[in-house]
Amino acid sequence: MSSLSRIQKKKRRFNIISNVYSVLIYTILYIPILVMMIFSFNDQKYNYYWNGFTTKWYIKLLSDHALLDALWYSIIIAVLSTVISVFIATIGALGLKRYEFRMKRMVNNMLYIPIIVPEIVLAIALLIIFALVGFNLGMGSILIGHCTFCIPYAVVTIKGRISGDGDSLEEASMDLGANRIQTFMKVTLPSIMPGVMSAAFLAFTLSIDDVVMSNMLAGAKQSTLPVLILSMNKSGVTPDVNALTTIMILVIVFAMILNNVIQSALKKRRIKEENQ
Amino acid sequence: MNKKRKNVLPALAQAGPVSVWMILFVTIPMIYIVYISFMSRGVFGDVVYQFSMESYKTLLDATYFKVITKSLKVAVFTTVLCLLVGYPFAYFIARKPRDVASKLITLIMIPFWTNSLMRLNSWLLVFQTSGPVNNFLQATGIVDHPVTFIYTDGLVVLGMITNMLPFAVLPLYSSIEKLDGSLLEASADLGANPVKTFWHVTLPVTFPGIFSSIILVFIPTLGIYTVSDMLGGGKVLYIGNIIKNQFGAIRNWPLGAALSVLLIAITGILIFIYTRFANIEDMEVV
Amino acid sequence: MGEAIVQLIDVDKSYGSNLVVKKMNMEIKEGEFLTLLGPSGCGKTTTLRMIAGFEDATSGIIMVQGERVEDKEPFERDVNTVFQSYALFPHMNVFDNVAYGLMIKKVPKAEIKTRVMEMLEMVQLSGYEKRKPDELSGGQNQRVAIARALVNNPKVLLLDEPLGALDLKLRKSMQIELKRLQKKLGITFVYVTHDQEEALTMSDRIAVMNGGIIDQLAAPMEIYNRPATRFVAGFIGESNIFDGIVKAIDGNTITVEAPQGIMQVTGEGFEVGEEIHVSVRPEAVNYGKEPVAGFDLQAKVLDFIYLGSTVKTTVSMNEGFEAKFTRFEQGLDLKEEDQLYLSWNPDKAVAIKKS
Repeated sequence: MSSLSRIQKKKRRFNIISNVYSVLIYTILYIPILVMMIFSFNDQKYNYYWNGFTTKWYIKLLSDHALLDALWYSIIIAVLSTVISVFIATIGALGLKRYEFRMKRMVNNMLYIPIIVPEIVLAIALLIIFALVGFNLGMGSILIGHCTFCIPYAVVTIKGRISGDGDSLEEASMDLGANRIQTFMKVTLPSIMPGVMSAAFLAFTLSIDDVVMSNMLAGAKQSTLPVLILSMNKSGVTPDVNALTTIMILVIVFAMILNNVIQSALKKRRIKEENQ
Repeated sequence: MNKKRKNVLPALAQAGPVSVWMILFVTIPMIYIVYISFMSRGVFGDVVYQFSMESYKTLLDATYFKVITKSLKVAVFTTVLCLLVGYPFAYFIARKPRDVASKLITLIMIPFWTNSLMRLNSWLLVFQTSGPVNNFLQATGIVDHPVTFIYTDGLVVLGMITNMLPFAVLPLYSSIEKLDGSLLEASADLGANPVKTFWHVTLPVTFPGIFSSIILVFIPTLGIYTVSDMLGGGKVLYIGNIIKNQFGAIRNWPLGAALSVLLIAITGILIFIYTRFANIEDMEVV
Repeated sequence: MGEAIVQLIDVDKSYGSNLVVKKMNMEIKEGEFLTLLGPSGCGKTTTLRMIAGFEDATSGIIMVQGERVEDKEPFERDVNTVFQSYALFPHMNVFDNVAYGLMIKKVPKAEIKTRVMEMLEMVQLSGYEKRKPDELSGGQNQRVAIARALVNNPKVLLLDEPLGALDLKLRKSMQIELKRLQKKLGITFVYVTHDQEEALTMSDRIAVMNGGIIDQLAAPMEIYNRPATRFVAGFIGESNIFDGIVKAIDGNTITVEAPQGIMQVTGEGFEVGEEIHVSVRPEAVNYGKEPVAGFDLQAKVLDFIYLGSTVKTTVSMNEGFEAKFTRFEQGLDLKEEDQLYLSWNPDKAVAIKKS
């Protein structure tokens, strides 16, 4: 007990080093968020320096129409592009996984372009095509832009969750008398649901945080929240944006905790039912 | 009715929409961008449909060439640092028990649910003239006058690294996590010490993850303009900023297109090299 | 066991230029336990999947209950399948898995409940209704898969190596259970396996397949004792197979000359000078210090393998040929390097035509 063996000591040293290093990295990743939250309580108009504690920005936020409009616009776009891209990606992922057809390789490769190529390139490519066909910039163009990068991520996410056993599950369902539509609704969809959900989550996150597409394809009318923030960079981002972002992250963390609580409650109930 | 034909309909219905979308909004625009890059710029910033290599010649002008080489340098630097910092980090996480590891990975993702521009803005707040870092340096007497951190390449690189690190860590983590523990045991059993095992076994086996990281960090970094806009205050210009400006105030679409083609070409070369070593479908992107 | 319930007539199946099932003709009788046996890649699973409707025959006719089914979707066919991987729906519990087929057919809820419960009782899984497949053992999942198929009262139950994933002991007990279940229900079972012992234990008839062709379709005894082809002789049980030429025929005793020497076998329909295979089981082989009339097979003892109650002796013969014979341990009086002459009762050996 008193003296550790040489190997135990080595292992302990490795653990200490790895923990210290990990904490350091997490600190660097979380500093910006903490700073952002702290400065949402700063009593100074442009956040040039710390000038004492206030909660006034949280109240002022409610009357900042430009900011709220941008937030609302971002949310609508994020919801719509999530729904559209996850819908196309879900059936697309199944089709690409299940069927063999001539253009399959090409489609698979095309899907990697938006993931790999810098977003600015994709954005201006869409911009010049819209200009060519005379498509007016606005919500439609932003939606197309967002879906174009959300679909590939969603397809890859969902494809990864389609188990290799999927074919035989569907065969089993048809063998038991279910036609293709019944099979899709009762077997295929439920079995890939976790993948669809994480794809939706990913698509929403990508869309609501997107700057480049929204910036290039917005047109003159309404900007999304990130575009508005980008436009503030020269004059300094005002603390009420910090306040808004703080609220947003708290909402997300709260939703996650709630989700965890619900999940574990469901699990407990199931175990209880089994024991009865 | 032939059953083979019956299968065509579901295949078309399922794979059709995604294929059409990708062709319409990815392939055709990408081809058109190459086409535009060989056109000329009109007097009023319009595109004149006349073949010209002018845009590509302009890229070799000292001003643009300097921006291109600087962008490349910054992207390489960011990528190397992300790998050097990210590999041990991913390794440590992968060595933890599975449930702990998955929590730690979630912990990496959470910052990414916060607006990325606001996270960048925080670095500005930390490093600004009267910010905490300068206050600390002055209070401890290390410097007499505030140091100018903001609007420098250094701060831009810090922003790039903190924004890109997760994209480096995730593919590294999943390739290290997949590493069969018995390989390491076999190596030790055959007399290799941990360093040799790492060099001869771990590193080669996780190479696909490393290359995925390189691609996922290097290419976006090369094209990004938001980091330099936020932290460079419009004074620090990279390829991304130049492209954006050609489609904004400056209005030289063929030049912007030519710069985009350059980025596409660099991407293509890297992907080509990648496919020599690994299957593109194995690339961990999410 | 009555009329044909499944018929395959001249069925071909090819993937591109690769012919996996060749001109197959087979009749499966109502109520029988028929096994498709063969090495991997012999086309047995493909045959099963064509009956189920997961694969289309390239050409030929498949009939179930006298009705052509080639153009019917799997969900329109009155057959059910037990999958090798079980293919249990992971998001449903045991009850919902078993109830699936009945629910699709819109059977009244109350009836579903009784039938599912009955079926679960039959496979000894009462009380497991609420469990999910990932909370059950392999053997339990196997029973769920069987219950899920059987609850629909299929005319034919197709089983694709259903016991392949189980350990040996469990597999043995499941074999007996399955056989009993089949007898009790009187449902036709078509069973695919590569395990010859499993096939011999369970089947009423076995179709031994090789390279997309049925080499022999017969009862287990017949397959074991009178293999029709060299392949069947080698695949079922252990056999010493000599390739030779017919030297003389006397009644139905055939004298054969092979590179290993002279031997005799009983058989009909051969001609002098014809190529022939002689298959003899290790337990039928005799040995002695002197040659027996009609035999001249020199051998040298190589080694012994103890198999509990018996000992298997390997001897080397001409041209590197190795023959094996088994004896009860107490009866063995040999040591390595001993020179022997082999022989057997010609009735116990099988004469096989060269194909």
